[in-house]
Amino acid sequence: MHVVILGNGIAGITAARFIRKLSDHDVTVISAETDHFFSRTALMYVYMGHMRYEDIKPYEDWFWKKNRISLVRAYIEHIDFDKKMLYGNKGEKVAYDKLLLATGSAPNKFGWPGQGLEGVSGLYSYQNLQNMERFSDGLQRAVIVGGGLIGIEMAEMFHSRHIPVTFLVREESYWDMVLPPEESEMVNRHIRENGIDLRLSTELKEIIDDGQGRACAVITNTGERIDCGYVGLTAGVHPNISFLKNSGLEMEKGILANEYLETNIPDVYAAGDCMQQSNPRPGRRAIEAVWYTGRMAGETAAYNICLSSGISTGNIPQDGQKVAYDPGIWFNSAKFMDIEYQVYGDVKARPEENEAAVYWEHPGGRKSIRLVYDRTKGHILGFNLMGVRYRHEVCEKWIREKTHIETVLQNLGAANFDPEFYEEYEEEVIRLYNRQSGKQLHLKKRRGLAEALRFLRASGST
Amino acid sequence: MNTLQKTGLGLFIIALLLFTATLGLDNYRLSEESLSAAVGNEYHLEAVTEAARESGMLGKEYGSSFAFVPAFKEVLKAAQQSLNEKAKEGEAPDDVSEWEYKMGSWLFKDYSFIATKKSSVGPVAENPLLFFFLTIGLGIVGGLLYILPKFRAIPGIKHNHIFHRPMTRGLSLGWRGFFLGATVTGLLLYGVFYMNEHYFWPALTAVIALIIIVLVFFFQKQAKRSPTRSASPQVTGWLGILAGVYLIGFYILLYWAPQHITSWILMADPLSQALNGGEASQWFLYGLLYTLVILVMGVRMFAKYMHNRYQQVRTYSVMFFQLAFAFLIPEILVRLNLPSMDLKNIWPLNYTFFFDWNINNLISSGAIGIFMLVWGIILVIVAVPVITYFFGKRWYCSWVCGCGGLAETMGDPYRQLSDKSLRAWQFERWIIHGVLVFAVVMTAMTLYTYFSGERTVLGFSSNNVRTWYGFIIGSAFAGVVGTGFYPLMGNRVWCRFGCPLAAYLGLVQRFRSRFRITTNGGQCISCGNCSAYCEMGIDVRWYAQRGQDVVRASCVGCGVCAAVCPRGVLRLENSSMDVKERAQALRVLQVSKEGVELMN
Repeated sequence: MHVVILGNGIAGITAARFIRKLSDHDVTVISAETDHFFSRTALMYVYMGHMRYEDIKPYEDWFWKKNRISLVRAYIEHIDFDKKMLYGNKGEKVAYDKLLLATGSAPNKFGWPGQGLEGVSGLYSYQNLQNMERFSDGLQRAVIVGGGLIGIEMAEMFHSRHIPVTFLVREESYWDMVLPPEESEMVNRHIRENGIDLRLSTELKEIIDDGQGRACAVITNTGERIDCGYVGLTAGVHPNISFLKNSGLEMEKGILANEYLETNIPDVYAAGDCMQQSNPRPGRRAIEAVWYTGRMAGETAAYNICLSSGISTGNIPQDGQKVAYDPGIWFNSAKFMDIEYQVYGDVKARPEENEAAVYWEHPGGRKSIRLVYDRTKGHILGFNLMGVRYRHEVCEKWIREKTHIETVLQNLGAANFDPEFYEEYEEEVIRLYNRQSGKQLHLKKRRGLAEALRFLRASGST
Repeated sequence: MNTLQKTGLGLFIIALLLFTATLGLDNYRLSEESLSAAVGNEYHLEAVTEAARESGMLGKEYGSSFAFVPAFKEVLKAAQQSLNEKAKEGEAPDDVSEWEYKMGSWLFKDYSFIATKKSSVGPVAENPLLFFFLTIGLGIVGGLLYILPKFRAIPGIKHNHIFHRPMTRGLSLGWRGFFLGATVTGLLLYGVFYMNEHYFWPALTAVIALIIIVLVFFFQKQAKRSPTRSASPQVTGWLGILAGVYLIGFYILLYWAPQHITSWILMADPLSQALNGGEASQWFLYGLLYTLVILVMGVRMFAKYMHNRYQQVRTYSVMFFQLAFAFLIPEILVRLNLPSMDLKNIWPLNYTFFFDWNINNLISSGAIGIFMLVWGIILVIVAVPVITYFFGKRWYCSWVCGCGGLAETMGDPYRQLSDKSLRAWQFERWIIHGVLVFAVVMTAMTLYTYFSGERTVLGFSSNNVRTWYGFIIGSAFAGVVGTGFYPLMGNRVWCRFGCPLAAYLGLVQRFRSRFRITTNGGQCISCGNCSAYCEMGIDVRWYAQRGQDVVRASCVGCGVCAAVCPRGVLRLENSSMDVKERAQALRVLQVSKEGVELMN
């Protein structure tokens, strides 16, 4: 049994590792990008000099041979699903019995004039990073287009090299379709206090050619011209699947897959950024290009590939039964320059009718805690944290068990994950809630592993 | 870098250059006064004075210690010979034993060190205080000017360009191998000389080193695996090499040739007089520099970790223990004519604790001596296991210990240079536990000879074992390699590979402790910051990305992995609730019917 995995990102590699754990199948991972798996989210740290490229590889190079996972460096141009064969651009042919497509994303380009010029690039691949590096020497200004997570990363990267950055954000406030207004404003402030030229409600109109095929300036929708030597396009990503068009594979924006991550073609699976759930779970998007969902999908794909090839024991959750892709309760994290961000559960940029929130912000303006709950039934819906760390398992258990906001508040210390000696703000959150509601709640639990373990091990809610 | 910082850096460099140059500023002229200060024994003094006069050395001025010391050695040899001859001819007085009358070669080192120091003439000898302020003082001012503006930055992780800078980038594997090989070989060869040409101990050490290499490379199959994350860049940082060579040179002179750094020691004399009433030795100078470096670089830690209370409290702690326990209290004890002791230095790191001279000294010093003896023993058998059970070995290694204190302050810019490969871990385990066994055997032999009155154990001279341990572990490993290799192999080379106390604490931490580093559910993005900045070379990410608690013997609990994590994944924690299963693999499963679930 030969399992071929196309793409060596987190989804593909997680699948390869789990297939190896569960089976003796031959496993081949093909990538055009790099020889070895690296942490895509850590590319920025290589540029900033926090780490070297070797340091962002989660496994040492000998790991793959030891675990009998073959790594092939090839650019696959075409797949023949009838012959079960992959074709590379240098005439390589790879046959498979089972195929997992984990080809990731590509940066969005919205047809801007000049988007193909030299010195214009997104930040997704290792090659994108090399490109940034190549243009950085002597760079007078960089313009970044698109106010999302990669945009602010790129701004931080250039900023670390003292390269002036102009950051064009189409929205009225940074990432305001995801972050509630206060948090979004906090990030605006933080971007500006770092000396970055943040332009809100500003769009890119065109990129100007310097006459030699290189970008030299941008024109915004207000008609302003901004001279720059580099344009970062960070207005989101889309599934990297263009080479699969007309191959017989069912696709919309991404490769359509059912809950078992099977595509319309037998023995072909999809996972990670390139995969679109044909029936996404309630409240979830069909395509979620996030590290964590990629990892969960990779693991799920591994279970189902092994099950469909006769492996039914081992660590598969339920013997003999297909495993449905279940990303669980939404969680994510990021870091906006020096402000860490964590989210658990459902926190909307603009609350729905039935939602209420307690929002506490530190006077320093770089920390906040937001608890979102159901206005009528009172149960907790989500946590949004800036500059404060909360425990994943604890928050998730409260959300899953629909714990009442007041129970959550009184036990909030059990969720705190900040390092020892850090100030604890849970009392202030409760005071704020008391002021809002006229209640007299008190904090019963303070930070500590023992409290968290006691809560997690208890059956039922607190 | 702003103007203030540039000025500070400039001043520091000037101070460092001047500090180095002071070694060549003075001339050396042997006088009868300097001889009588250096040679306490009246028969020796007479013979040496005679020999110095005959050789024409007395009153002659030498331009450098490198000319003075060999000439003085010749004088000592001549004096030794004349005493030997006189003893043979029966000219020695009857009321003096022969060994007291004769001059053993082992006295040469002390005699020439003090004679050189006392023979110094020139600017430094005449104005020690001025030069103290122009070198050490100016260095502190420069350092602080460089550090203080950092407090104005926005709080956060300050690791930009660490791997771009020639000071902190590290060495390529080839260069690192060269320095390691050359240093180890050089030390073993010098060890033969140090042991008076007894080849046995250096040879045995070399054989053990080879056995460990063979074990790791061939039995643990590391020969074929090229380590990926060995902290070895393609381009070697030349400033790092310079700094490493300077530090290595400093330690070699300090331990084995203090007669060539007498100018530095002269500068420390006034402070030593003020503190303990006596003149400075090389150890006073070393303690002083050590403390000042920890204090100044401690301020740097406050600037770097403005947002992190754990790092601040921990840094206050190492600064306090160094200043009070390691430096001031021992000096005050000397002033009070009491036995001097660093009350936080625990056997087996403090390997001389059970030496006969120390035990005798403590026993003969009345109640306070007995207290110190009991205190030292309680630290070993009660404090280490009990406190480590509650808090992990961090209570000592990154909060109290002097070696740890230096590593966490002066060494902080180099923490990323520790080798994270599996190969390095395998070397680590053989070497550090080997040193622990050596320390225990050496101490057992010492105690056996102490109580039995015999001089040998199974034919091995207990004294030689101690001398070799002091040389190869106490000085060569802990000092020359331990600190000299900061810019070459990271700031915890000694703590990770060599410290027998760390090995002992580590065993307790690994098998009986509430301490661990927990990982926060599924939030890890495998970025590798935690592993990169682990000074002990633990591949923290390996655990974090699979949701497993980090339970490792070597972890010193510095908390930097948790600090640098961009996603809030790691936390240092103590709890007795799950002591038995805290090291279990995969405590968190990412996919299950209920989402993220704690399995235990």
